[in-house]
Amino acid sequence: MDPKAVHGFVGNKLSFSEVTPRDGIRMAAEMAPEDVVAIIGASGLRGRGGAGFPTGKKWEFARGQEGSPKYIICNADEGEPGTFKDRLILTDFPELVFAGMAIAGRAVGAEFGILYLRAEYGWLREHLDAALERCRVANTLGNNILGASDFSFDISIRMGSGAYVCGEETALLESLEGRRGDARNRIPFPVQAGYLGKPTVVNNVETLAWVPCIMVKGPSWFAAMGTRKAPGAWLFCVSGDCKRPGIYEYPFGTSLRQILSDVGAENAKAVQVGGASGTCVPPAQFDRTMTPGDLATGGSIIVFGPGQDMFAVAENFQHFFCDESCGQCIPCRLGNQRMLEAIGRMRKDGLTVDGERNVRQLAQTMTVASKCGLGQMSARAFLSILNNFSGELPGHV
Amino acid sequence: MDAQQTLRTEVEQLVRVHGRTRTALMPILQDLNRAHSYISEDAMLAVSDALNVPRAEVYGVATFYSYFSVKPRGTYVIRICRTISCAKQGDYHPAIAALFDELGIGMGETTSDGMFTIEQTNCIGMCDQGPAMMVNEIPHIKLTEASVRSILNEYRHAALAAKKAQ
Repeated sequence: MDPKAVHGFVGNKLSFSEVTPRDGIRMAAEMAPEDVVAIIGASGLRGRGGAGFPTGKKWEFARGQEGSPKYIICNADEGEPGTFKDRLILTDFPELVFAGMAIAGRAVGAEFGILYLRAEYGWLREHLDAALERCRVANTLGNNILGASDFSFDISIRMGSGAYVCGEETALLESLEGRRGDARNRIPFPVQAGYLGKPTVVNNVETLAWVPCIMVKGPSWFAAMGTRKAPGAWLFCVSGDCKRPGIYEYPFGTSLRQILSDVGAENAKAVQVGGASGTCVPPAQFDRTMTPGDLATGGSIIVFGPGQDMFAVAENFQHFFCDESCGQCIPCRLGNQRMLEAIGRMRKDGLTVDGERNVRQLAQTMTVASKCGLGQMSARAFLSILNNFSGELPGHV
Repeated sequence: MDAQQTLRTEVEQLVRVHGRTRTALMPILQDLNRAHSYISEDAMLAVSDALNVPRAEVYGVATFYSYFSVKPRGTYVIRICRTISCAKQGDYHPAIAALFDELGIGMGETTSDGMFTIEQTNCIGMCDQGPAMMVNEIPHIKLTEASVRSILNEYRHAALAAKKAQ
């Protein structure tokens, strides 16, 4: 299948289109590994999967580990509802992602990379294999990359089989090792003991695509795009009730209102920022900005127009978490099911004082006691809808 | 050769491609699942023996991931996205109704000729172009009642052509 058949709309010019991946690799090849880490650190690049960990720090930790071999893993298990930027990046810029992995390998001293591709993107596999082959022919992957005697790196692709939780990096590692996608306890962190117990860097697709851009254009170019506290730009995936759904690049600090205006959604009644594990923002807060610390996001923006029943939305998200909980810890496995039942009751009978207290307590238990991000985040959407739209429940006065 | 022996030979061939290690478990199960549209009990036993992985763990993995099935499914597994951006499109319910009507089955069921299974799935990353569904590995976007009917016809024709070619 030709990936262009499902390409979708791109709303503005993407920085990724301005960079030749090979140039980024050449710079890394001519540089000491410490300096590569320093450049990425200086740029302020943070992980784009949602957790926002500083990429330079992660690489520095991995670089300092004794174990060998080390691994670079590209997390292409994009599954957060409303997120589809990896689809576009892997369609239009696969060589940029591979270059990011090779540069990460150079930086931390790893020669093996694995791209973990979600099953739902299996149709991209042929396209990615062809791109890998082109990189090997061009010697931007393989042995002695671009003539550097101490720089070898290659990538293999491994498929997921349909499990949202495998986007969580330790569940992803379990899956790669041939196990159920049950999240691991930390410590140790993957940089200490990851794939097969070896030091492993797991980076998101978009994070890795920015790496060669930063190498070529410099950390100050990247930092200048955002705010002082949150440098850089981000790809946003916009879907739902708007005139122009698609992919948009914005610097950090852009207001939600600006984005809504660009995508043709000025009449939005609510916006879900960050997918099912994100928060639902009411119109009174549309001036909030896309910045860690304000509206943190994995890039998903779902617009709800005036006609939408917000508790039907909450129920849909809750159903998602019930399906996708891996089941190993009780707060998440049972908590999400009880939460789904509670939302159903609420939609039918309205909200009682006792009912609200119970459901908030349940949400807190799930947030505090779940083992991984899935259960810790799964009550957020519902709580933000409850806090802002409880007037929509039956019997509300 | 009986069916069980044939499977064991098939698994050995997959071991030669993916290796005789625990990390080969997922790729081997993925290939078996694709070839047979499900992973049978015999297949799980053969994989368990070939990789020396306990049977319970093979079963555990085979039942964890939504793309794997341990029960027979149709040649074409249809997965329609039920997540919010797809599910609240105006064409979503008519598209599902057309699936049910055209195939004469409900959610989770397989047609009696063994050709189609309909399942629901969570977000498949086509939120900007929904409603969307996968048929095996191929995504179909911007579904309408009419497009669902014509997509199903294309797969029917493809299956007929494949049968004739055999």
